[in-house]
Amino acid sequence: MPRALVTHGHADHARPGNGAVLATPETLAIMQARYGEAAWREQQALAYGDRLEVGGVSVGLAPAGHVLGSAQAVLEWRGCRVVVSGDYKRRPDPTCAGFEVVPCDLFITEATFGLPVFRHPDDGAEIAKLLASLATYPERAHLVGAYSLGKAQRILALIRQAGYDKPIYLHGALQALTRLYEGFGLDFGALLPATGAAKAELAGEIVLAPPSSLTDRWSRRLGEPVTAMASGWMRVRARVRQRGAELPLVISDHADWDELTRTIAEVEAPEVWVTHGNEDALVHHATQQGIAARALALVGRGEEEQEQDGRASGAEA
Amino acid sequence: MKDFATLLDRLSFTPQRNGKIRLLAEHFRNAPDPNRGYALAALTGTLELAAAKPAQVRALVESRVDPQLFAWSYDYVGDLAETVALIWPERPGAKRPPDLPDVVERLRLASRREAPAILETWLDGLDATGRWALLKLITGALRVGVSARLAKTALAELGAPDLAAIEEVWHGLAPPYEALFAWLEGRAARPEVDHRSAFRPLMLAQPLEAAELPSLDPAAYRAEWKWDGIRVQLVAGGETPRLFSRSGDDIGRAFPDVLEAMRFDAVLDGELLVLRDGAVAPFNDLQQRLNRKTVTPKLLRAQPAHVRLYDILFEAGEDLRALPFDERRARLEAWHAREAPARSDLSPLVPFEDWDALAALRAGLREQGIEGLMLKRADSAYEAGRPKGPWFKWKRDALILDTVLMYAQRGHGKRSSYYSDYTFGVWRDADEGGVELVPVGKAYFGFTDEEMRRLDKWIRDNTVERFGPVRAVKPGLVLEVAFDALHRSKRHKSGLAMRFPRVSRIRWDKPANEADWLAAAEALLEG
Ligand SMILES: [Zn+2]
Ligand SMILES: [Zn+2]
Repeated sequence: MPRALVTHGHADHARPGNGAVLATPETLAIMQARYGEAAWREQQALAYGDRLEVGGVSVGLAPAGHVLGSAQAVLEWRGCRVVVSGDYKRRPDPTCAGFEVVPCDLFITEATFGLPVFRHPDDGAEIAKLLASLATYPERAHLVGAYSLGKAQRILALIRQAGYDKPIYLHGALQALTRLYEGFGLDFGALLPATGAAKAELAGEIVLAPPSSLTDRWSRRLGEPVTAMASGWMRVRARVRQRGAELPLVISDHADWDELTRTIAEVEAPEVWVTHGNEDALVHHATQQGIAARALALVGRGEEEQEQDGRASGAEA
Repeated sequence: MKDFATLLDRLSFTPQRNGKIRLLAEHFRNAPDPNRGYALAALTGTLELAAAKPAQVRALVESRVDPQLFAWSYDYVGDLAETVALIWPERPGAKRPPDLPDVVERLRLASRREAPAILETWLDGLDATGRWALLKLITGALRVGVSARLAKTALAELGAPDLAAIEEVWHGLAPPYEALFAWLEGRAARPEVDHRSAFRPLMLAQPLEAAELPSLDPAAYRAEWKWDGIRVQLVAGGETPRLFSRSGDDIGRAFPDVLEAMRFDAVLDGELLVLRDGAVAPFNDLQQRLNRKTVTPKLLRAQPAHVRLYDILFEAGEDLRALPFDERRARLEAWHAREAPARSDLSPLVPFEDWDALAALRAGLREQGIEGLMLKRADSAYEAGRPKGPWFKWKRDALILDTVLMYAQRGHGKRSSYYSDYTFGVWRDADEGGVELVPVGKAYFGFTDEEMRRLDKWIRDNTVERFGPVRAVKPGLVLEVAFDALHRSKRHKSGLAMRFPRVSRIRWDKPANEADWLAAAEALLEG
């Protein structure tokens, strides 16, 4: 695209090869780290709260609480305000700025977890499950599958919040972005590379890796690890089995059903468009609340998610 | 309830046997009485609760949740209890979550009509995992991959010498098993078991590999026929006589004629048969008698039950199990001659000179009701379980395999409302370690409508996945499949195909892990 406003650095939202990119400084740094030269021809940073005029439209970015640098796009034209949520969540995340409610006339919301069966539990309790499993299986490595951008760093921060202070081992694919987060002032304590560590060294340790390495050849170096997977999809047992995860951790960077419905109520928009997930149920709900709601199909999304996650469904980026 | 729910949740995602044992043992060690005892009862299937029906649960949730949202959610999740657990709208400041003992004790007293209202307050008090565990518990569908045997194996880790020591006392005890835990933790003496009413674990035989025969001394072994019925234990001398299946289920209710004849003080091991005019009737006739809640006089006349005795374990309170087989046999013969109980006889010893003579005898076996031979060491004590060496079973050659039901499909025509076409498999070592089933064939069978209904229900209750008209079921039901020949084929993953396969019987009594292995099937290949 000649001009792109990028809400955050996940691959299904930030693609390489754009002309001019407008995003938060954090998102620009993430795109640079991921795509290098191919990221854009020119870029412009816009901090949360600042505004910019583009062809008569006033553009601003508000925190979305999804991952570091994630933003909602706030567009104003002749007194009419449109907010594009991008991916978001409402609960606190030590690794990024919290979601800001921006009242608007049209709200375009994501709906990754747009079914009322998705209610993410308290993340502290999920981390406690991981630590309890370490006590049950002190001789087994605990391999935690987590997306490389956002989820992995949030898990690190939560483990530290829970008082766990031993070194945590990282798969090579998580190193660069974790260093980037540290560059923005986050402290994850002692981190060691998992690649190259001896099997005996990893016994009883926490190892973070991208989800795809849970079942691939790479995980064999860990002996017989307890495989944990941190994702909102882990709420549903069939998805856990599909993943082959032994220890599901229901931790998501997306809004769950209650957060979605609460946000729709709080932005007070008379019109809501729903995209990026289970649109039907959320449209049904909003309609019942007297809101003009419709599903908005975005082109090409499925494909991108496949890339991100290695399977047709189940991406959470 | 929280600890129990966490346990079930972890068990359901833990594939390795050792991992399951670890989780179970940890729970049994840490949970208080009577919670752990009820957990044990739930896992071993000894809890009898006034359960709620799935339809009641569904009605309950539909009173709380938008029906369209529920329908979409159920569609996505695929399991009713799980959908309800996840979708149940939590109310801030709701009721206190129930304890497992609360649940058990309350439901024991509740009627089926009261159950939904009680359930509703509990669902309000629990979190999603707790609700899931509760719903699984009260709809009677626990299914977390733990057999009673595995739960007891984990229990033994608390301080029993072995599994057999647990089995020995198990059947004399009841939930919540406080005396059992006290003994295992060294706080109390071993629970006294009344041998006049309790089941004693059976001694089972290893299959004989023809190759090992020459290494065995024929003079050290006794041979018996292996009858084609159901292995049972008769326990009498207490208030009421009891008839147990080999897994310890009390099956006496279906056999009042056998119970009526048990007017003695002994514990006996034998084979339950239908005997008509002195001849063993086909196994199907015995099937007619099994699993009946009530038995009509007509059925009792048409399919008269009989026990053919193999062994004696107790006589008038005296434990004979440590005696050598020959001595027990002498005691059994003397006892039977003296007592002469009705509806019973002795399974005769089969004399033989050497292994060749016995093999010839076995090769000539055509008689109805004989499955093969049993070989028992003359000096063998009666040991619980399946010790290697003292007892062997040597089945007659027949193209028969014990397979495990894997998939079921609706039939055609008259059968179209039942799952009556079956794909079954045998075990093999999986590439990633552990074992897996590989399909070896597909067949339907022509049993009575009643058997079909029962099978159909089992399939519905044990479905793990659906693909259109086909259901994948958990590996839990053994089908004995007869066939004319076996040859190589690329059609099945096992590389084998059967000619004219038919399900010859449903082995409700046989645990799935005792079904045949791929190697046993390959041994039957033609040419
Ligand atoms: Zn996304
Ligand atoms: Zn995202």
